[in-house]
Amino acid sequence: MDSSKASNAGIARSVPPASVGEVRDSVLEVDDFRLAFQVRGRDRNAIRGVSFSVGRNDSYGLVGESGCGKSTVALAIVKYLPRNAHIQSGAIRVNGADVFQMGNAELRRLRATTVSMVYQNPGAALNPAIRVGDQVAETFRVSGSHRAEALARARAMLVKVQISDPDGVMRRYPHQLSGGMQQRVVIAMALAHNPALLILDEPTTGLDATVEAEVLDLIVALRKEFGISILLISHNLGLVARMCRRIGVLYAGRLVEEGSSDAVLSDPRHPYTVGLLRAVPRWGTSKSHGLLDTIPGLPPAIGANIPGCVFADRCGLVQDICQQQEPQLFELDGGRTSRCFFHEKAHLLPTVEAGPKIASRALAVGAPLVRVEHLSKTFRQDGHPVKGVVDVSLSIRPGEALGLVGESGSGKTTLARVLLGLTPPDAGATIDIEGKALRPQISDRPDDQIRALQMVFQNPGGSLNRRHSVRRIIGRALTRLIGLAGRAREQRILELAQSVRLDRALLDLWPVQLSGGLKQRVAIARAFAGEPRLVIADEPTSALDVSVQAAILNLLVKLQADKGVTYLFISHDLGVVRYLSDRIAVLYLGRLMEVGDAETVFQGPHHPYTEALLSAAPILKGETRERIRLHGEIPNASAPPSGCVFHTRCPRFIGDICVKEEPPLAEQEPGHFIRCHHPIEELRRMQRPAPAPATVPGEPSR
Amino acid sequence: MGRFLLRRFGLALVTLWLLSIIVFVAAHVFPGDVGRRILGPFADPAAVASLNHQLGTDQPILSQYWSWLSGAVTGHLGTSLNYRDSVASLLGRAIGNSAKLGVVAFVLVVPLGILGGIVAALNRDRFLDRFITVAGLSAAVIPEFVWAIVVIILFGVVLRVLPVTAQAPEGSGVLTQLEYLILPAIALVLVLFGYIARITRAGMIEALDADYTRTAALKGLSWATVIRRHVLRNALLPTVAVVASQTGYLIGGLVVIELIFNYPGIGYLLFTAAQKKDFPLLQGGVMFVGLVYLTATLLADIAYSLLNPRIRYGSAE
Ligand SMILES: Nc1ncnc2c1ncn2[C@@H]1O[C@H](COP(=O)(O)OP(=O)(O)OP(=O)(O)O)[C@@H](O)[C@H]1O
Ligand code: SF4
Ligand code: SF4
Ligand SMILES: [Mg+2]
Repeated sequence: MDSSKASNAGIARSVPPASVGEVRDSVLEVDDFRLAFQVRGRDRNAIRGVSFSVGRNDSYGLVGESGCGKSTVALAIVKYLPRNAHIQSGAIRVNGADVFQMGNAELRRLRATTVSMVYQNPGAALNPAIRVGDQVAETFRVSGSHRAEALARARAMLVKVQISDPDGVMRRYPHQLSGGMQQRVVIAMALAHNPALLILDEPTTGLDATVEAEVLDLIVALRKEFGISILLISHNLGLVARMCRRIGVLYAGRLVEEGSSDAVLSDPRHPYTVGLLRAVPRWGTSKSHGLLDTIPGLPPAIGANIPGCVFADRCGLVQDICQQQEPQLFELDGGRTSRCFFHEKAHLLPTVEAGPKIASRALAVGAPLVRVEHLSKTFRQDGHPVKGVVDVSLSIRPGEALGLVGESGSGKTTLARVLLGLTPPDAGATIDIEGKALRPQISDRPDDQIRALQMVFQNPGGSLNRRHSVRRIIGRALTRLIGLAGRAREQRILELAQSVRLDRALLDLWPVQLSGGLKQRVAIARAFAGEPRLVIADEPTSALDVSVQAAILNLLVKLQADKGVTYLFISHDLGVVRYLSDRIAVLYLGRLMEVGDAETVFQGPHHPYTEALLSAAPILKGETRERIRLHGEIPNASAPPSGCVFHTRCPRFIGDICVKEEPPLAEQEPGHFIRCHHPIEELRRMQRPAPAPATVPGEPSR
Repeated sequence: MGRFLLRRFGLALVTLWLLSIIVFVAAHVFPGDVGRRILGPFADPAAVASLNHQLGTDQPILSQYWSWLSGAVTGHLGTSLNYRDSVASLLGRAIGNSAKLGVVAFVLVVPLGILGGIVAALNRDRFLDRFITVAGLSAAVIPEFVWAIVVIILFGVVLRVLPVTAQAPEGSGVLTQLEYLILPAIALVLVLFGYIARITRAGMIEALDADYTRTAALKGLSWATVIRRHVLRNALLPTVAVVASQTGYLIGGLVVIELIFNYPGIGYLLFTAAQKKDFPLLQGGVMFVGLVYLTATLLADIAYSLLNPRIRYGSAE
């Protein structure tokens, strides 16, 4: 076993090398912590011995894929575990006191004053039946403030988290706030008693990139101000690297690598970390740089008996010894550790998806596949018209992938639904496919048009019929779309399964028996059943882990190369959009703000809104752009701002003209359309990269 | 919220109107010649015609419906063929009695059911939870009349602690009346307890597992405060809706219970009206029960939306 049995060694290990110059004391020490969940009468181990510590005023990031035990560790720190959880051994100490030994009163004091927690989905974290002000005030009432004082302190706290209308927000109920505001309120409650440790479990997952950036900035600022230690949990390596000084990589309930963020990210020493890093499209790379690397297989289930290395089943460097004996924790230079026998050659991990480079298909030639002219879609909400999409004209070229980006509510999904015939557009729109008019309602469309347009959804589980086997799901699509039956259909099912890399044995399973990635493959196979011309993919990978996401992106790329299919690809992840798309269209409040080749849109000059979106994306390393932030909320679509709809948030705002006159979507360079009063040269001048700063902005100071 | 309630109110009115058509058709179109039915097959045709004229049953069907409906809206429900008394006053008396029984049963079962559900949820998967759930369900699947007989035999015949009829002697005081009502009420309680406890338990468990409950606990609040302030309020929301929907069930149960206990409530009255083919009384009674049922549901909707700010204030967008 490792050295962490002696608690001193445990601390010493995660203290940075002498270069830091001082020995930090720890706020949190997790010491060989093991936990099992009781399922069907048996204890199944989920946390298989985790040790790490977080220094005072330090920031520690815990990363790993879904199900590896991140949240369980976090909840154990405040001893708020599911009822079937069973702590097997180990200790968790906060400020030196063992949490597992605490009585009720002590535990309450710990939760009230020493450790706070913020988690994913702020909407659910707030009580829907209690006014925001009362909920925040309650935090102060715990410590004995009376009502008026508690309310005053709550208000002050809301000001601290930069809520501009604290009195209004206090009076509201949680559902009346946007996601970003809700998360601010949760953070306000968490920081109320100036805790020693703040645990953030996926604090921004599910928020828009622009909102995420604001929330992260806020956390960085508050951390400086209050001197709080943070434990940040995320599946997003880039985000953790930006926010934290140290990183621990968790896999199957085991910490497999630990070290400073810079070191782990730039020079990973565990094959799992290497795999995770390779699976994410590097900023600015596209499919023309080659396929993404993936991690084959799945993590072991809880309760699995693993005699050797936890990663052995999926590791490309595996040797016999890895199967027989668990590697000890190797202590490496620079205060890092790795739980791999072959840590020196982790970077030699062979790539899984060695494939040909796929040329970007900027096929400007020929007629467009789909042509959209003056498409608007107005909804009615409580008797008011709400414009979901406003006068969008766009063409999609055959064989290209058009990426559609914009914050939530910008009209991406509405546009997709109109194309699919699920929602009729307002009168006056024309939509053609291959020169033939497309009927507004799917029920009026001839078979060949239905076949031509297919969809892949975000939630792969929800879009598959739970009562049908995989074979039946794909078979029904074949019958419905191209009338296949009998042997021909069976043959085609096998071909489709083959083309989406779905093992034949899986065809007889039901969707519940498949992982998210496999379900998404089934959904893709179904979409490709009728040889579609255009496949609309709405956030197809955002519910998936990065390694699975990489496999799905690769699949989409290969299918495109093989079948010449055209994609309309919707995602909030700009790195992913850049990777897959040949061209990009940017939507804001239902209006197209910018359209152009993917590379041009990324390189700039960009529309000020695109600039802000790009600036909000978390980036791994070596960023040189000036970071700009969008403030305020997306305006309500039922009362859009006058003139340029972006003027209320625009960082490049000119003046009166932006308020009074809506700029046209003008072709500012060949093939590059921008809707802004600034001439492109002006944008180019303003957006020139600033001289590279030494450190990545937003990273906490050392 | 106003819009929401207005829609609900409109819906209730439409439902009531549809009910009136069904009741009217059932009572006027199917029986055929009403005068003949009343006077019997051997009566003088002239007498039948004159009775039909007197009852208005020789009028065209639409105008009959109209005059009945306009009467019903203003409270003139006609005269009972059987009791030779005005339907409105017969119903009035019977409803007074039923309401007493219903209220006693509700006052007993609602707090008991909610308490049972809360206790079960707080002891989830432990003995007490299993016991409450199983006992409640078993009690609910046994029909009212069986329970009625069981409690009569147990308390009235074996133990001899409570009277076996429900109707207290003329002029007895409130306490005596209550004493007489306890047995029939218990039979209703036994049937309804399981439903209310189960819904409360489900609501409680959902709230206990919710993120906001975790947030509250992690503020350092005591568990009792977490339950009281954060869990109960959200958990009881679905219970409100269920309790109201049980009103209809209660009315159905009342018919049986009132018959067995020989209690002159609305159920008893409706039953005899149906038996005696007393159509005016049956129509009026059914309409009235419909009105009570819809009012209860509407009140539950109002209570639900008052407790639930999401409905009260609409959403952020
Ligand atoms: N109450 C429970 N009973 C049984 N298994 C559980 C329970 N809670 C969690 N698990 C399992 O324990 C493992 C660790 O779960 P945990 O939620 O800590 O993972 P995570 O890393 O936070 O994942 P995610 O990224 O999806 O949030 C998973 O396999 C999960 O399915
Ligand atoms: S110990 Fe072996 S199996 Fe485990 S990560 Fe290292 S090389 Fe791979
Ligand atoms: S037109 Fe004005 S407000 Fe709109 S994007 Fe350009 S600079 Fe900003
Ligand atoms: Mg988690």
